[in-house]
Amino acid sequence: MSELLNGSVPLEAYLLLAAVLFCTGVWGLINSRNAVRVLMSIELMLNGVNINLMAFSSYVDGDLIRGQVFAVFVITVAAAEAAVGLAILLSLYRNRVTVDMERFNLLRW
Amino acid sequence: MTIAASTQLICFLVLGAVIAIGGLGVVLLSNIVYSAFLLGGVFMAVAGLYLLLNASFVAAAQVLVYVGAVNVLILFAIMLVNKREDLEPIKGLPTRRLLSGGVCAGLFALLVRVAFTTPWAVPGPEAVGEGATVRIGEHLFTDYLLPFELASVLLLMAMIGAIVLARRDVQATDLGTGQSADQGLIEKSRTPLLVDQPPA
Repeated sequence: MSELLNGSVPLEAYLLLAAVLFCTGVWGLINSRNAVRVLMSIELMLNGVNINLMAFSSYVDGDLIRGQVFAVFVITVAAAEAAVGLAILLSLYRNRVTVDMERFNLLRW
Repeated sequence: MTIAASTQLICFLVLGAVIAIGGLGVVLLSNIVYSAFLLGGVFMAVAGLYLLLNASFVAAAQVLVYVGAVNVLILFAIMLVNKREDLEPIKGLPTRRLLSGGVCAGLFALLVRVAFTTPWAVPGPEAVGEGATVRIGEHLFTDYLLPFELASVLLLMAMIGAIVLARRDVQATDLGTGQSADQGLIEKSRTPLLVDQPPA
């Protein structure tokens, strides 16, 4: 807290922001009925994790910045995930003519 | 990049507000197109945070990959599946929302408690600052070489997989009769396979 008084941003502020973004993403992931919005929520969660990695890399691991390398890998995997996810969504839409998550229940127990 | 501490704090507060409010907007807005554009704004604000953390390479990668590729891909997907449909109401939706909200609030409380009670080892070693890009390059070609190469294989697999999943099975001739197939039929009015049959 003493860092706030002299004006610089503490590490905890970044962690708090990342937690907000991650929890927003989790809520959206559970509650969205549009499949595209589910993918957007996943992207939000990945960004929250990336903020954490970058903050730790800058504050705790300043000389090796391994967190930044991890963030680059996470961005790569997120891009691959988005491409495959949207392709699955398109093929699903072609077969069921809806994007309502409640009706994708073929595997429902 | 070294900027005054108070400027840094103001930038962080503004970017943080954009990220938090934009994230809520992505999840809560009813129009999905607005959500997609807000998502682009959130990605840009996150890139701004990376700049604040002296990580110019990752900020550039964030803008290129997330705003330039993922967000555009999402907009294309919205365009391709854009059908106004009235979602039929489901039972117990408020209860479900409340329960999941409680779960998320609990997760948030846990994360905040961890963030504020753990004795982080700050200040850590001297930050490399502007040399971050050089350091990332060294990492990628020495101790993280295998994950780097695996990432290229992963991207190739994702590209091929996306093409295979999203293409239509178009055949020039009808397999049964040997006549040339009606392209209009293939493109527009192929019978969807898995649509719910109305109860008899």
